[in-house]
Amino acid sequence: MDKTPPTLPRKSATFDDYTLSEIRRAAITGIYDIRGGGAKRKLPHFDDLLFLGASISRYPLEGYREKCGTNVVLGTRHAKKPIELKIPITIAGMSFGSLSAQAKEALGRGATIAGTSTTTGDGGMTPEERGQSKTLVYQYLPSRYGMNPDDLRKADAIEVVIGQGAKPGGGGMLLGQKISDRVAAMRCLPKGIDQRSACRHPDWTGPDDLEIKINELREITNWEKPIYVKIGGARPYYDVALAVKAGADVVVLDGMQGGTAATQEVFIEHVGQPTLACIRPAVRALQELGMHRKVQLIVSGGIRNGADVAKALALGVDAVSIGTAALVALGDNDPHLEAEYNALGTTAGAYDDWHEGRDPAGITTQDPGLAKRLDPVKAGRRLSNYLKVMTLEAQTIARANGKSHVHNLEPEDLCALTIEAAAMAQVPLAGTDWIPGRSGY
Amino acid sequence: MNEIDLHKVGVRGINSHLHNLPKNTNEKHWIIHNPMGQHSIACGIDAPLQIDIRGHVGFYCGGMNKDAELTIHGHAGVGTAENMMSGVVWVKGNSSESAGATGNGGLLVIDGDASSRCGISMKGIDIVVGGSVGHMSAFMAQRGNLVVCGDAGDALGDSIYEARLYVKGKVASLGADCIEKEMHAEHLADLERLLKAAKRKEKPSEFRRYGSARKLYNFSVDHADAY
Repeated sequence: MDKTPPTLPRKSATFDDYTLSEIRRAAITGIYDIRGGGAKRKLPHFDDLLFLGASISRYPLEGYREKCGTNVVLGTRHAKKPIELKIPITIAGMSFGSLSAQAKEALGRGATIAGTSTTTGDGGMTPEERGQSKTLVYQYLPSRYGMNPDDLRKADAIEVVIGQGAKPGGGGMLLGQKISDRVAAMRCLPKGIDQRSACRHPDWTGPDDLEIKINELREITNWEKPIYVKIGGARPYYDVALAVKAGADVVVLDGMQGGTAATQEVFIEHVGQPTLACIRPAVRALQELGMHRKVQLIVSGGIRNGADVAKALALGVDAVSIGTAALVALGDNDPHLEAEYNALGTTAGAYDDWHEGRDPAGITTQDPGLAKRLDPVKAGRRLSNYLKVMTLEAQTIARANGKSHVHNLEPEDLCALTIEAAAMAQVPLAGTDWIPGRSGY
Repeated sequence: MNEIDLHKVGVRGINSHLHNLPKNTNEKHWIIHNPMGQHSIACGIDAPLQIDIRGHVGFYCGGMNKDAELTIHGHAGVGTAENMMSGVVWVKGNSSESAGATGNGGLLVIDGDASSRCGISMKGIDIVVGGSVGHMSAFMAQRGNLVVCGDAGDALGDSIYEARLYVKGKVASLGADCIEKEMHAEHLADLERLLKAAKRKEKPSEFRRYGSARKLYNFSVDHADAY
């Protein structure tokens, strides 16, 4: 018993294994880490909220019998032809270039079966995507890759992209290995070179100019199409107010969990606010301007299931948008490809080197051999199934809270599990009537 | 010849009228009076019309133009002929920032000066400026020709791709990855064609050519200082 008991080897919480590996990688390569996806760190999120349900003080609706509406109309403020979706879940903008043509087609098919919209991305509109998408939102981005008035008129709505949650304030880069002949031709650039996407629009600066730009787009399209303005989760209160002032019909707000095709890891994890933190300031801006529900608010970034949908709607959002989850439904990061992910030095569920174009699932690639692995019809069906499940889940929660439409959900139906989430969502901490930041403390 | 008074029908009235003309209309020549510096005049035209605008215009005049020939008998605001696809937009006076931005095709002529960011992200348009252009002109310019008969401001052609830049006067400075290049016969021929189309008296031999060094085409950490 006189032997001194050894202490266990102890790793640093500050210098954890991931941090150490990144220091070593940086030291060898001299280049910052680039990856796809959104913030992976643990953040206050919808999981930190709970619905209260109904009992005596609230009256529930019958789960499988009583109607619970899910439709949403977008673009009622100025557009002659607002769009109506059956469900309040849309497909976020993802480019042909970052995604294969098959993946874009599958997104269009899935969205159309489910009765919702899909969105182009930085790289123009493909005929496959237009053909398979009943309702297609055409993004108007700083790069203007592939932008032309014919496609603008073919679109059902136009989304002026100011920023995205993964990198508010950042542009984009499609690395040379994903620039096939077709992608290069659509972007008017040589094959194989890195294609930068600017972080600012080339012909307007600031909110006053944005108003003029939006008016130009309306003039070109005869005031028919809803015009969305998409922003990253930077300063949602002010940015939403300015988007409304500039004339937006719809504001799309993307929190830091929202994915990107590729950007610096340091940008994804350290710039921007969590989705949960963005919603209430955005809704407050709309309410103060008297525009809540008149200018519709779409929120994206980390929406995974019907509970997330219901919680976002309860906080005042009109619809949500999914990107990462939609790719997973198509087949991204599927465990059946584990051996191939291992060969790429990763594992199913963690694969995020989308910019390299070697996706074994055939989604984030331009390699014809890999891309043809994805069957757009089957993948589209998986997406529509998933969208329907999310919708059913949101309806289940809405009925349990006595709501005949998912838009009738309200903050009063929620409580928070953590003080942080209570402060961000401005709902009481569970078991208390305390909303941090209100009533003087 | 048909005449429209913007003061009476507004921008919407003018654009709506021009957009709704049948493709095979015989009413091809239009004169717009009293433009009053308004924005988005004659944008999104998709027909071989001849349009004369008698006065100054605001932002985005001739934006996304296809096939039409627009003449602005005055000065123009920001983003003249932005994202033009084809046709001609001719500014008799000066043009403000971002003239011809992201243009895919057609010809933009500015008899006077253009401001900063002229030809930014141009994708195939030809631009001839009789006077000078401001800073950051041809930023990230992808394709097409920018001809400047006067001087160019700072950071000309910053992060340029494959567009060709011709400047007769002084260049205040070149942007990242933009260098002076040799003028070959094909460039002189191109320049002659463009000067003639813009009714300029300058000779191609008076110009110097600038374009991409192509060193930033694929990211390398050793070029980080260039950004």
